[in-house]
Amino acid sequence: MSNTVHLTINHLPLEVPAGTRIIEAAKMLNIDIPHLCYHPDQTIKAHCRMCMVEVTGQRKLLAACSTVVWEGMEVFTDTKKVYDAQVGVLDLILADHKQNCLSCARNGNCELQKLCRRFNRLLPELPDISSNEPLRIDNPSIVRDPSKCVKCGRCVKVCAEVQGCAALTASNRSGDFKITTAFDLPMDQTDCVLCGQCSLVCPVGAIVEVDNTNDVVRAIQDPRKHVVVQVAPSVRVGLGDEFGMEAGAIVTGKMVTALKMLGFDKVFDTNFSADLTIMEEGSELLDRIKNGGKLPMITSCSPGWVTYMEKQHPELCDNLSTAKSPQGMFGAVVKTYYAQKMGWDPHDIVSVSVMPCTAKKYEASRPELGRDGYRDVDYVLTTRELAKLIRYEGLDLSVLPESEFDSPLGIGSGAGAIFGATGGVMEAALRTAYEVYTGQTLPRLEFEAVRNDVNAIKEATIDLNGTPLKVAIANGLKNAEEIIRRVESGEADYIFIEIMACPGGCIGGGGQPIGTNNAVRDARIKALYELDKSLPLRKSHDNPEIKTIYEEFFGAPLSHRSHELLHTHYHARPKKHDFSHLK
Amino acid sequence: MKPFTQAADVLDKELAVKIDGIISAHNGDATQLVGILLDVEAAVERHYIPESAAYYVAQKLGVKPTQVYDVISFYTALHDKPRAKFTLEVCNSAPCRVKDSDKLVETLKRLLNLEVGEVTYDGRFSIEKVPCFGACDVSPAVRVNGVVYGHLDSEERILDMLQQLN
Ligand code: SF4
Ligand code: SF4
Ligand code: SF4
Ligand code: FES
Ligand code: FES
Repeated sequence: MSNTVHLTINHLPLEVPAGTRIIEAAKMLNIDIPHLCYHPDQTIKAHCRMCMVEVTGQRKLLAACSTVVWEGMEVFTDTKKVYDAQVGVLDLILADHKQNCLSCARNGNCELQKLCRRFNRLLPELPDISSNEPLRIDNPSIVRDPSKCVKCGRCVKVCAEVQGCAALTASNRSGDFKITTAFDLPMDQTDCVLCGQCSLVCPVGAIVEVDNTNDVVRAIQDPRKHVVVQVAPSVRVGLGDEFGMEAGAIVTGKMVTALKMLGFDKVFDTNFSADLTIMEEGSELLDRIKNGGKLPMITSCSPGWVTYMEKQHPELCDNLSTAKSPQGMFGAVVKTYYAQKMGWDPHDIVSVSVMPCTAKKYEASRPELGRDGYRDVDYVLTTRELAKLIRYEGLDLSVLPESEFDSPLGIGSGAGAIFGATGGVMEAALRTAYEVYTGQTLPRLEFEAVRNDVNAIKEATIDLNGTPLKVAIANGLKNAEEIIRRVESGEADYIFIEIMACPGGCIGGGGQPIGTNNAVRDARIKALYELDKSLPLRKSHDNPEIKTIYEEFFGAPLSHRSHELLHTHYHARPKKHDFSHLK
Repeated sequence: MKPFTQAADVLDKELAVKIDGIISAHNGDATQLVGILLDVEAAVERHYIPESAAYYVAQKLGVKPTQVYDVISFYTALHDKPRAKFTLEVCNSAPCRVKDSDKLVETLKRLLNLEVGEVTYDGRFSIEKVPCFGACDVSPAVRVNGVVYGHLDSEERILDMLQQLN
């Protein structure tokens, strides 16, 4: 039995591993077979029929995304029969598509647009039968536009198979067939956690983030406002994709230049508040261990995960670290400590954050993240929205010079940087917890045992100088659910758990550039660990700005003021239908 | 937008008990979802599956609400909006159309002051056109909640049939 198969595609011979599908074999010859429902990270759907090809000896055309190659197969991707079939499918999709590219969030970055350009459909032959369903804007993070949906089913897959939320489904059939929520309910009333993974896989503009770019531009143009911005660790290894740079390119300095040119008064680093999070969360962990607090303690920096817990597992509310996320801590610090330092009225500060995440827009709207009638974070932009602003300014990120973050609140350690990768919060916390707990200097900073793969679970036992610490790490909510099962069944007795909602962690977040797939995620994780290695400062508690803020303002971790500003609480979300009255 | 679902949709105890019974009759088997939903629909006076009932079924079977909704919206025999207590199903297949089922429809529309697909304001009647239900020998005929009323070839007989429904 040989493990490879020989075939030809458009007369070109090639040899591929057995089990390869035609669409992947063609890619090896750099032939891109048109497709809409196929996605490299997903199981086969074979819905859209865009990928049909001709195979010698087969009466019917075959779907290239689902057909496995066989020995001696002769494939043709460009015959008249194939062309007519593909154009037929495309025309049907176009007839049922609200075509307003000029005012569409995906203009210039849309798979349907690309197909139309490729097939050069200058005079589509079918009448317009697109639906008049209105936009669905019912939450701070995600907008759905059913009139643009091509019913490829990618969003349904990612939501069910990666996130385990199954908030989206196909409904009805034939002419009424559509993709929606259960009973067509608003997203926030469903099991949706606003992670935005659906917006990342959607080939068109049918699921996009709520756009806040105009709010930010207007704030910058208002001379009375101090507009400050913080940038999350994962943005600097994702943003380059939008400007044609290779996956995982580290663009920190260029990004800071772009933000300054955009007119932000101060450009700060969320890595700073990631370090602050480690100081609080690490101390909280040691405190819980020492004083018999609730264990396992679970991280709380991923708002998609927090929402999932509040909706599906409210019994875990007390297990979550009370430490706010780095975004939340930053917002609180900017409008208190920094405002005082600068002599600014917090009401005149507009605090913006750039995040790889759509759920962060929701997080910033939580009442716990603000006081005295103002929000700590006024606007959240995704990485994609920042790219839009940079293009608006007429800049090409890839050729900009580099500059430094403003200080204070601009220094972040390597530990803060790796927050963006699955396992990174755990590793950052361990670096600090180890040294605080044992009073000794870590012989080796890298905790390879907690570095995790994309869409995976990892367990490890860390030796805290003689004391074993059982930990677990998961990314993707389906994996999180498995960790919870192990804990609640008594199968595992972890002390500390890190959960990030998005596959790969924040670097794979739902607000990252379109085209983020698992291969790209791997490249970004590597980039963050490289960044960590290249920094002179790699432990949160060594960050001089962190030392200063404790000296000048907070006193010590878990102090009264820390509790007031840097910690929060969680609560069960009301169920759409609650059956407790039946008991 | 959703005329019947505005009022708070809270599952009452009586229906919950009926659903419990239906689910155990199907051995709690989630693969029998379609059969379970058909039985639930039959147990509801307005012949539909209220949202709360669908969520209850999902919770009991350990499946997601989206899966239940997918099934309800896929099958024409299942409904997610209240229907009439008495849906007058008129066959519109060829044998009945030949026996003038069109006139039957027209008469029903006039007597009830109702269009096909609408529900009377009191929620009692609606008219639906459906494919053959095997009453060709007694056509023109209507089927109401599974019972066939045949030979409806005069206004008198139609009125008589309507009066029998309560
Ligand atoms: S989804 Fe794509 S094709 Fe449709 S309007 Fe937007 S850019 Fe154009
Ligand atoms: S935002 Fe996340 S949870 Fe919500 S529908 Fe999309 S993939 Fe599912
Ligand atoms: S919303 Fe987007 S991903 Fe989902 S089915 Fe429609 S086109 Fe596909
Ligand atoms: S890409 Fe093959 S059927 Fe959709
Ligand atoms: S929490 Fe959503 S991307 Fe990180």
